[in-house]
Amino acid sequence: MSYLKPQFSHPKLPKNKLGYTLKEYEGSLSTLCAGCGHDSISAAIVRACFELSIEPHLVAKISGIGCSSKTPTYFLGNSHGFNSVHGRMPSVATGANMANKDLVYFGVSGDGDSASIGMGQFVHVIRRNLNMVYVVMNNGCYGLTKGQDSATADQGSKNKSGNINPFQAIDLASMAIELGATFVAQSFSGDKQQLIPLLKAAIRHPGFAFLNVISPCVTFNNNPGSTKSYDYVREHIEATSARDLVPDKNEINVQYKAGKSAQVEMHDGSEIQLNKLDLDWNPEDRISAANALQKARAKEEILTGLLYVNTEWKDLHGTLKITSTPLNRLKEGELCPGNKVLGQINESFR
Amino acid sequence: MKPTDTRDPEYYHKVVDCQYACPAHTPVPEYIRLIAAEKYTEAYMVNWESNVFPGILGRTCDRPCEPACRRVRVEEEPVAICRLKRVAADQKGEVKSLMPQAPFPQNGKRIALIGGGPASLTVARDLAPQGYEVHLFDEQIAGGGMMRSQIPSFRLPETVLNEEVNYILDLGIHTQFLTYVKSLKEVISKGYDAVFVGTGAPRGKDLPKLPGRKEGGAFIHIGIEWLASVAFEHTKSIPKKVIVLGGGNTAMDCCRTARRLGGKEVKVVVRSPFSEMKASPWEKEDAAHEDIQIIDNHVPLSFEVEGNQLIGMKFQKVRAVYDEKGKRQLIPTDEPDVFIEADEVLIAIGQQNSFPWIERDLGLEFDEWDMPVVDRKTFQSTLPNVFFGGDAAFGPENVITAVAHGHQAAVSIHLFCEEKDLNDRPSPYTNLVSQKMGIHEWSYDSQIAADHRFVVPQAKKSITLKDRKKEVELGFDVPIAFKEAQRCLNCDVQTVFSEDRCIECDACMDVCPTSCITFTPNESEDQLRQNLLVPAENTTQDLLVSDILKTGRVMVKDEDVCLHCGLCAERCPTSAWDMQKYFYSVTKAYQVPAPLPSFKK
Repeated sequence: MSYLKPQFSHPKLPKNKLGYTLKEYEGSLSTLCAGCGHDSISAAIVRACFELSIEPHLVAKISGIGCSSKTPTYFLGNSHGFNSVHGRMPSVATGANMANKDLVYFGVSGDGDSASIGMGQFVHVIRRNLNMVYVVMNNGCYGLTKGQDSATADQGSKNKSGNINPFQAIDLASMAIELGATFVAQSFSGDKQQLIPLLKAAIRHPGFAFLNVISPCVTFNNNPGSTKSYDYVREHIEATSARDLVPDKNEINVQYKAGKSAQVEMHDGSEIQLNKLDLDWNPEDRISAANALQKARAKEEILTGLLYVNTEWKDLHGTLKITSTPLNRLKEGELCPGNKVLGQINESFR
Repeated sequence: MKPTDTRDPEYYHKVVDCQYACPAHTPVPEYIRLIAAEKYTEAYMVNWESNVFPGILGRTCDRPCEPACRRVRVEEEPVAICRLKRVAADQKGEVKSLMPQAPFPQNGKRIALIGGGPASLTVARDLAPQGYEVHLFDEQIAGGGMMRSQIPSFRLPETVLNEEVNYILDLGIHTQFLTYVKSLKEVISKGYDAVFVGTGAPRGKDLPKLPGRKEGGAFIHIGIEWLASVAFEHTKSIPKKVIVLGGGNTAMDCCRTARRLGGKEVKVVVRSPFSEMKASPWEKEDAAHEDIQIIDNHVPLSFEVEGNQLIGMKFQKVRAVYDEKGKRQLIPTDEPDVFIEADEVLIAIGQQNSFPWIERDLGLEFDEWDMPVVDRKTFQSTLPNVFFGGDAAFGPENVITAVAHGHQAAVSIHLFCEEKDLNDRPSPYTNLVSQKMGIHEWSYDSQIAADHRFVVPQAKKSITLKDRKKEVELGFDVPIAFKEAQRCLNCDVQTVFSEDRCIECDACMDVCPTSCITFTPNESEDQLRQNLLVPAENTTQDLLVSDILKTGRVMVKDEDVCLHCGLCAERCPTSAWDMQKYFYSVTKAYQVPAPLPSFKK
């Protein structure tokens, strides 16, 4: 078995604005099962960061436990990483973000790590609108422990040993919308055309960006009767729209012939361009997004794409009115301004 | 694009760049793997079957395979294919018992071979096992042709030459050495079933009109004639100052030989710019290493003679100018003419064919350049029972081309004697076998070595310049040979794709280290080449295109810089990708009919 990637790359590999090729964003060779959806998501993250010309050392990857949480080893090998405790990725991400708000934070989690053991952490990080990209690699089973049904396995879905899941599924995307997440999207590991622009938009979103990515487990949950298999997802997928992130809105010069379109302006001047909207749905309206999800579920469709986005809300630093300089860069002089300043502060409370 | 038809034996053959570029299509990666496995005898036999002279070619081949090597496209320097071949020859064990064993049951047919060089010897080897009575005529004292008379011993020791020539002659070939054939008519009249002409390009070009050529005649020699005279020990010395005219490999052999026979100031003077000289780069390097000065952009004007003595030559300085079509012209510069001192001059400016011994009333047609009209595929002349090959067929080439000609001419002669259609060529022998050993295990070393090309060690100049017969190159030793062999990318282990198994998980596309694989909507070839992850701009390399997949896309693989590392197949959950070793061998006359059923449609 190969455990090292060959050093050679395509001599004509394109470079981004920083002069880096895709290679500078890759990680070690994956040890996940061949064909795992998670590897495709890793590759999409690599490409999204490459295309946005993000400096690899300005990214932090934080994960919990599970197949999904192993993946940060397999992408962005030149970035910071923290493989934390099961279900506790949001706490570590919150701490890191508090200390240095200038990094791009990728929280990588799975259906077990988020919808079961980490549910308590998941809901609170949404509530706080922590500025991060929260990716759930959702395969509906516990792959690392031989494929038991997870909390996101659909009721009636058949697992590899032929058992039907009797329990209701937790719909993480609906839940995120319900809890007030400011960016909610759903996608499929086998559709990078959709996933990469969504990841790019999520990185640029100034707040909590949640991506629920259906990612088939080829070893334990890719059988007939499963609702998270490659075949099932491809047959039941329904996209909200075709979309792209336009980094600088002045660059918009594409004219679409038919269908409605909408632009969502991002905090930093970039814009999400949504085209060919064919659903009665408004990406900036929570009720409309929640309805669209419920309708799709009733039709046994998997609604993918950007479901909801709100750029008005402040992120955690804004809510807490934290200084604009990242805390880790404050020096002793600023943190301990001395007796005189302390006296002034105490005086203000009298 | 239409799905690629990988059942065409040439598709995967073309992926093996070295083998495809080799005129004889020697299965290069196959023998390099055998060398890495220390199976030198087997490696030698893979070579011998295909190119007949592994030890000779491992030292002297023009190496068309090396510029084609995939390593050039992904790294820089090709695998040292030629010198690895020599390792197989140096380290091999007993091989004779693995070769066809004479005497063979005779089929009653008699073949005459005129000339004893690589082309004729190849024909002899291919036909003898079929029971032909083969008669070989050569004017020299022993077989080998130009390999004996023109390639100096410091590049090719006589022992190596004799060994490989004798493997063939021992197949029961009737040799008639020291026999100059004066008349083709006479040969034909002896009732041979077929005649093969492999007389090479034996006449060195001269400069008969240059002033002083006649007066200085005693001090001016034709390069190949002089080399032959040295090889057969008629010439044993040369004065101090020598000019060699010409920029090809013969010029390099002349100047280096002159250094060994007493030449102290040996200068190569060539008309063209240094970079456009015909000599192989490594031959130029070796000459420079032996303190030989190469003076480019000088056109000879005259031989300067004083009394009865040659004193030197005059040259005009020129520069190369190119028109829009890239055609070169040498324009004189305004600088004064240059005089270079010399005691003797060797003229190595090219070779020509010469057929004074072929009567022009035999029905054997000659073209406007006085070359025989020979079919490029069958090597048959316009006289049906006379065949040509090697330099005699289409002008000067090299040993490996002569061998390739010999194989095809032998097939033609066999078909001719069996009264079959010469244009119905036997299919190549091909075999495609999975290399899978376990879930993620291959039977070949799929790891890609990062090593740079290793240099072949040479004997000390102080020793080699004193002894004309002392071989300069020492050859790779076993540990370095192993490392160099590991640089081979195993291009014959093919990435075979089965669309009916693919679930389009994209794992192969994501893992490919050289971004060769793309899943994309189908388009015309030009468009498709642009739509890949990295546009496929090298149009000499094919695209492997699948049939339409479930999502309506196609899998497109650009063969250009594929490392054959097997990662696509390792990361494939359904074995839609498999690494399969492709063996391709040109069918030789002694294997006709082909050893296995030919390609089925």
